[in-house]
Amino acid sequence: MSFLGDVALVAGKDLRTELRSRDQIVTLLFFALLVLVVFNFAFDFTVIDFVSLGAGILWVAFIFSGVLALSHSFQIEREQDRIQGILLAPIDRSAFYLGKVAATILFMSAVEAIVVPVSVLMFNYRFSARVALVIPILILNTVGFAAVGTLFAAMTTQTRRSELLLPLLLFPAAVPIALAAVKTTSQILAGRPFDRYASWIALSAAYDAIFLSAAVLLFDYVLEE
Amino acid sequence: MTAAPAGRRAPALLALGLSRHYGPHAALDRIDLEIPAGEFVALLGPNGAGKSTLLRLFATLIRPTAGRLEVHGLDPRRAERAPLARRIGLLSHQTFLYDHLTGLENLLFYARLYGLPDAPGAARAALRAVGLEDRGFDLLRTYSRGMQQRLAIARTLLHDPDIVLLDEPFTGLDPEASDRLHERLGGARAAGATCVMATHDLGAGLRLADRVVVLVSGRLVADRPARELDPPSLGALVRQAAREPDAAWSAP
Amino acid sequence: MHATERMSDLPQRLLFLLVSLLVPVCLYVVFGVVPTEQKMGVVQRIFYFHLPSAFMTFLGVFLCAACSTLYLLTRARRYDIAAHASAELGVVFCTIVLVTGPIWARPVWGVWWTGEVRLTSTLILWLIFVGYLLLRDTAENREQAARWGAVVAIVGALDVPIIYKSVEWWRGLHPKVLKISGGGGLEPTMQRALLLCSVTFTLLFAHLLIQRCRLGFLQDEVERLSHAGVRRPARPAGGPEPKESDR
Repeated sequence: MSFLGDVALVAGKDLRTELRSRDQIVTLLFFALLVLVVFNFAFDFTVIDFVSLGAGILWVAFIFSGVLALSHSFQIEREQDRIQGILLAPIDRSAFYLGKVAATILFMSAVEAIVVPVSVLMFNYRFSARVALVIPILILNTVGFAAVGTLFAAMTTQTRRSELLLPLLLFPAAVPIALAAVKTTSQILAGRPFDRYASWIALSAAYDAIFLSAAVLLFDYVLEE
Repeated sequence: MTAAPAGRRAPALLALGLSRHYGPHAALDRIDLEIPAGEFVALLGPNGAGKSTLLRLFATLIRPTAGRLEVHGLDPRRAERAPLARRIGLLSHQTFLYDHLTGLENLLFYARLYGLPDAPGAARAALRAVGLEDRGFDLLRTYSRGMQQRLAIARTLLHDPDIVLLDEPFTGLDPEASDRLHERLGGARAAGATCVMATHDLGAGLRLADRVVVLVSGRLVADRPARELDPPSLGALVRQAAREPDAAWSAP
Repeated sequence: MHATERMSDLPQRLLFLLVSLLVPVCLYVVFGVVPTEQKMGVVQRIFYFHLPSAFMTFLGVFLCAACSTLYLLTRARRYDIAAHASAELGVVFCTIVLVTGPIWARPVWGVWWTGEVRLTSTLILWLIFVGYLLLRDTAENREQAARWGAVVAIVGALDVPIIYKSVEWWRGLHPKVLKISGGGGLEPTMQRALLLCSVTFTLLFAHLLIQRCRLGFLQDEVERLSHAGVRRPARPAGGPEPKESDR
């Protein structure tokens, strides 16, 4: 199959498996919502407002559930040695990598699309059309997160310290994305004009491009034996 | 060993001084083995002998750390991977299949992965060939172990590989599933595929194989035509080779 | 014979001698010769260790990434050993930066952690390379540790400039009290002291790197020998061990 066809095949397989088992989506969604609930109790939102803290809270919820998504993505392939079946086939390993990244982005985006409106309700933010802008920004940053995360998860899920290693490696590496996401989101929620956060969007886009390309080149070395 | 003279077909699998190390430990140590096309080889030896490693090297899943490997006359490290990968099938005791997909969806996934021209047709045909056509729309997790193994066989032979590698495929199979597998392998062999089967089941090994190769501690210690052996003498051979790996066992 | 043994003992001994001489000289200069800085007082002297340590951190990161790339391209064991050693040294010097930073900040600003841009980014860098070391330790075998480490090192090194930039933007207009001007704003005596310390630290880094690489090769040799011993217990003692090098 063509390269893109293979990417779609791998991503499609992950999606179909997920729609059947509904394992991941439910876990990710409820975990993210739980994080929101914890923050709701942790801070007094009659005094502090969502505009200043909301972006940070959302991003914390998403990176923690993102780590779960990444771990799960490779756990599935380790059971029944399924990854060997894929590696055996005449598929480019980079296509496998991109398929995994695509599936993770889709799952996380679905969670983001649900959690953002819920947070608006939970934190009494005055709803405006601006909130809709937040979701594509989150997705833009999720791309970078998933790109580096998939590369790292492919390694860490094979180890005995997997729960520690993935966050330990990914959170520092994803700091630029985290900062960009939070800054852009909070500017949008505060109603600031586009040029205030345009450079952050450029940073996110650059990060995505750099690390997707680097990971595509490096992924072979991660899987090979 | 020199390259095959012009006019003679390259052997399906050729190992020359093939070694695979993990750190200082040699899982395989200077294996010399030539398997002509169409031959059925039973690979025997105690646990940890390196049988799985050899099969994975043949499947081009891992690379050698020393020596040379040729599949159909090509070096997998230099040649394009895809054409070679299409001609190899591997059956392990893990199924490589997805619990939450149906039998048919699993085969369809692999059919597309292998770029088969009529993926749905090939998937259905493979399902029929293992007698699972009425369970095709059931999720894999509803299958019994024997049925899962049958589907794994379907997956392995789906793309008509001419090199079939089997890693202890009879493990955990009930007698009925065992017989079916035996039949299927006989069929593949009749169709001219080159088969290498690692097994502990000496009887099955001898019934199917043309040739028996014994590995101990990563070294090839015996290489005999199957017709010279029966299960008891083969068992004795393996046990003795395990006790004396340095003794001069070689092909007659 | 591997690289650091082929190099005869003499240059290594000379380096060690040089470093042993320079370190006390450096200490004397920093604490005895250089004048006390006006605004910050005695604690400012820590700057002469803080800044060179930062340089060594970046040297370690850069070497680690470079050797990792060479390893992936050539699979030569010596590059992997050098990458691992560089990362370890990088983490050590990074720890020095992260400890001396707050020690300096406390008397000057009244707080241990200022959230100053460079220090924050350096902390993130520290986390990445500690993660590198932990991942290597957790890998199943030497070869996997080398490959995976190389991947993380390359990603980490690519990320470092982006991290520093993004943290800088994040903090926005921040009073640069702890401005590391490097040259300007320092008296000539201070500049010379800084230069001396930087040279000393660099030589110290080189010495430690060489010794750590030697250790790495020796560990490989021990592993190889003990493994060969286990496999053939009946081998007559005193027989020559066949020389295998997997350089």
